[in-house]
Amino acid sequence: MEKILEVKNICKTYQAENGEIESLRNISFDVNRGEFISIIGPSGCGKSTLLSIIAGLENKTSGEIYINGKIGYMLQKDNLLEWRTIYKNVLLGLEIQKSNTPENRKYVEELLKKYELYEFKDKYPTQLSGGMRQRVALIRTLAIKPSILLLDEAFSALDYQTRLMVTEDIYKILKNENITALMVTHDISEAISMSDRVIVLSHRPATVKKIYSIDFEMENRTPLNCREKPKFSEYFNLMWKQLEEIK
Amino acid sequence: MKKLENISEDRKKYLRKMKLRKNEILCTQIFIVIAFIALWEILARKGIIDSFITSQPSRIVKTFMNLSSNNLLEHVRITCTETLIGFLLGTFSGVIIAIILWWSPFISKVSEPFLVILNSLPKTALGPVIIIWVGAGMPAIIVMALAISLIVTILEILNGFLHTDKEKIKMAKTFNANKTQVLTKIVIPANIPTFFNTLKVNIGLSLVGVISGEFLVSKGGLGYLIVYGGQVFQLDLVMTSVIILAIVAALMYQSIVLLEKVFVK
Repeated sequence: MEKILEVKNICKTYQAENGEIESLRNISFDVNRGEFISIIGPSGCGKSTLLSIIAGLENKTSGEIYINGKIGYMLQKDNLLEWRTIYKNVLLGLEIQKSNTPENRKYVEELLKKYELYEFKDKYPTQLSGGMRQRVALIRTLAIKPSILLLDEAFSALDYQTRLMVTEDIYKILKNENITALMVTHDISEAISMSDRVIVLSHRPATVKKIYSIDFEMENRTPLNCREKPKFSEYFNLMWKQLEEIK
Repeated sequence: MKKLENISEDRKKYLRKMKLRKNEILCTQIFIVIAFIALWEILARKGIIDSFITSQPSRIVKTFMNLSSNNLLEHVRITCTETLIGFLLGTFSGVIIAIILWWSPFISKVSEPFLVILNSLPKTALGPVIIIWVGAGMPAIIVMALAISLIVTILEILNGFLHTDKEKIKMAKTFNANKTQVLTKIVIPANIPTFFNTLKVNIGLSLVGVISGEFLVSKGGLGYLIVYGGQVFQLDLVMTSVIILAIVAALMYQSIVLLEKVFVK
């Protein structure tokens, strides 16, 4: 299988005024094309830092990262710019990367049409619901045609109901567009419901505690329908115990 | 907006009540102005207050009518020109300096105590110095207006810049935005409301600077007229100038509000 992302022995130590904080220790894992990988771990263990390092927003202390292609990044909040229309918001990434070309605009318009946002393209973000806004944020990220998508607690700002619907939506979009994804979350069931593999991190300094392969042995798996499988609670209990042990 | 026929009886009642309330407030306001002017006029005519010291509405109107003999229009023009130049200079350079300070946290930290001191210093105290440095004329008055509005502009705009949503900036950076792009795509557009609020404060401050400058320089403008009128005990002229000043200030403020409405939807 083709590797999209290779993370090798990543270490991160912060320098703060009151001393050094070791955040990450020897983190290594691979992500293959088309996979959906989740990272879970106790809060404050450095999950988001790891993602920021992979995206190049933060410096690593040591280790190596290989990325095959472009990175897309989705944050907790949709961060739509309220002074721009939906269409202009979606074009932001292309504008910044100076690739706002007619072909790319056409691609974006197709995405908007496909995911039922085209008729809202001249509206402003405040006129859209939370779920729709998250979808717009995803399309903004997809517009730059990333080969891997990093999701940093991307759904935790939404209320539970919307969240279930949005994960379902986004999962389908990602599978549809054949996008590889790496998601950080603190929600065990969200991780199980979406992922092919789940990486469990330990307390600070975070190390890779265990990597679980998730397989429901079903066709057309979606985050919602796999929750009904008995295997779902098995996986849940396994990971729950693992996280309890870490404590 | 719902169409008119869909409005329920209660809603209609509520809307009518709101409209009535609005009218009541407006009528009361107009009444207060008229009553004040009428009282002033009557008291002056009956000789209860000395119109030599307080002037009186009819004499103010008369002075106003004789605009040309007092060269009033010319003075209004001078004050407006000075205010506008001071205002534009103050806003423009204030924004530029704020951008520089946002760009370089080092310069920002270094200049912080100086800005705080300059901000609390009453700038009119610098009046005599300014006159000696740039000469007693229009330039001194404009520098005065600039001195009063500049620091506030810098602090307000910089404060707005620094409080731009960090998550939005991070979002731009996830697309590899450089600092110029963060500034032009996120920070500046996010601060358009801050910018207009600063303009509203600034137009008033510039006018304060211009009037106090004219007090000192005493060559022309409404500030000069007020000082001159006071010195020769022509209170009609003083009062007329003050009223015109109030109108000018209100008009300038309203034009900013109008500008804001055009830009911010």
